[in-house]
Amino acid sequence: MKALRKYLDKIKPNFEEGGKHPKLKSTFEAFESFLFVPNETTGAKGAHIRDAVDLKRTITMVIIALLPALFFGMWNVGYWHHAMTGEEAGFFCNLFYGLGQVLPIIAVSYISGLFLEFMFAQIRKEQVNEGFLATGLLIPMIVPVDCPLWMVAIATMFAVLIGKEVFGGTGMNIVNPALLARAFLFFAYPGKMSGDKVWVAGLGDEGTKVVDGFSGATPLGELAHGTAFDALTVGKEPLSILDMFLGYMPGSIGETSTLCILIGAVILIWTGVASWKIMVSGVLGVLGMGLLLNIFGESSYTQIPFWSHLLLGGFAFGIVFMATDPVTAAQTETGKWIYGFLIGVVAILVRVVNPAFPEGVMLAILLMNVCAPLIDHIVVRQNVKRRLNRAKVAAQKN
Amino acid sequence: MAQTKNIELIKNPLNLNNPITVQVLGICSALAVTVKLEPAIVMAISVTVVTALSNLIISLLRNTIPSRIRIIVQLMVVSFLVILVDQVLKAFMYELDKALSVYIGLIITNCIVMGRLEAFALGNKPLPALLDGIGNGLGYGLILVIVAFVRELFGSGQLMGFQIIPQGFYSIGYENCGFMLNPPMALILIGVVIWIQRSKMKELQEK
Repeated sequence: MKALRKYLDKIKPNFEEGGKHPKLKSTFEAFESFLFVPNETTGAKGAHIRDAVDLKRTITMVIIALLPALFFGMWNVGYWHHAMTGEEAGFFCNLFYGLGQVLPIIAVSYISGLFLEFMFAQIRKEQVNEGFLATGLLIPMIVPVDCPLWMVAIATMFAVLIGKEVFGGTGMNIVNPALLARAFLFFAYPGKMSGDKVWVAGLGDEGTKVVDGFSGATPLGELAHGTAFDALTVGKEPLSILDMFLGYMPGSIGETSTLCILIGAVILIWTGVASWKIMVSGVLGVLGMGLLLNIFGESSYTQIPFWSHLLLGGFAFGIVFMATDPVTAAQTETGKWIYGFLIGVVAILVRVVNPAFPEGVMLAILLMNVCAPLIDHIVVRQNVKRRLNRAKVAAQKN
Repeated sequence: MAQTKNIELIKNPLNLNNPITVQVLGICSALAVTVKLEPAIVMAISVTVVTALSNLIISLLRNTIPSRIRIIVQLMVVSFLVILVDQVLKAFMYELDKALSVYIGLIITNCIVMGRLEAFALGNKPLPALLDGIGNGLGYGLILVIVAFVRELFGSGQLMGFQIIPQGFYSIGYENCGFMLNPPMALILIGVVIWIQRSKMKELQEK
């Protein structure tokens, strides 16, 4: 550790004004503060809020909360690949196969995104922000495992550039960059983002050995094609409700297991990183809309049990990790309730009513991201109005 | 002196005073006709012809038009020219005219045309007005061509209808970007053009 510190101190002058590489100053600072606690402390003058929880800690918490879902996702990738080929495989065999499939996607997402982040930090002479560390892990978890790596790279760059840097970097973005990457992939390369070939590793390749009768469709894909809820199958087996909860089904890498996502949710709420109000109101929105569709809907899709929407598809992942992103969510406390509730409602509406978009959660969260400032504005205006009225009544009494 | 000023009339709209990227006019048609390069070029030429000639005609008439009915007169002149362009296209490039469909007719309501008439032609002599019309038409066309170039190249892998991206790319897994064919991408591309232009030109940056 000391040798590293010494080495950093030795090369530091190179990156100062007048050194050899002044242009790489922010790159150096990023690595230095990644390796060591920054040496600068809050100044003695003026009023400061002193708190150990800075952006780095917040992002670290998000990454820790993502890990259970990520590891389950890796195992799940291996499990469905071996189920497809019909090979017997143990727990570690599944996990390592999934690791081999998922790690390249994570690497590509981090490298392409961080490359742009560093580039912009250099040009603008700002510090590199930690914000992308979470985004770069979220992107691999919401794409199908068979998504080609170059598409992940392009989508990540698009999201960082158009979703974040044009607005001024971390903390300034209007929509969630990770979801923007997924939306870009969904509209740009629909063949690789939907259908029943992309969710199991290797199913879309030519010459893969596939067991007879194996289907790689996600449960939501099957429901959109008119399968009844009780007749749902994954792979070759019927899908039980416990399977849905634990996540034994094909889907985007990190979103299938509601259980692992719940563990993440507990970590996020317990550490105060994410707002429980958004999560609770989102769940209420889903249940309410599901119930309405149960009562008034006519097609078989509207008749699936209203609570099953919570277990299927990406809703759980979206509401826990995406909707609660403090930058893009509503800021006011009342606004959070409205924001989360509307995400739930719109997600189920898109999912059930429009068969072209089996996964409405992405669109719902992006839409509400855009509406969040409006919600906040209305909430604040209402509050001002109420307090004005109260003041008037008080004035009249006097 | 007058000579240099006339050159400025054509040069300025291409760059410092571009109707799309600086004045943000004529966005709607820029979104609609830029999926492929060919219709974009035809559209650019049509708009240039219409702005140039309508500027010229209105400038010739400028002292005789009562100001209370000037909008109606302008509309008459513009729609006359647009119908003329439309008929020419129908006669000689029928397929393309079908592809452009209503957007040729909608040049009548293109903000650039009316904007130049109001802002320039009504108060200037015929020659500068003509040059201003040509300049603004070309400035509009320039952005259209840039956006259409990117959209056709990455959206369909072609330029002017010819395959540019080799078949070998597709066989190793390359795919055309379907998002390029959607109008939102045109909006984003125009935004990127504006971004690049503003960061290059200090004059355009607000304090």
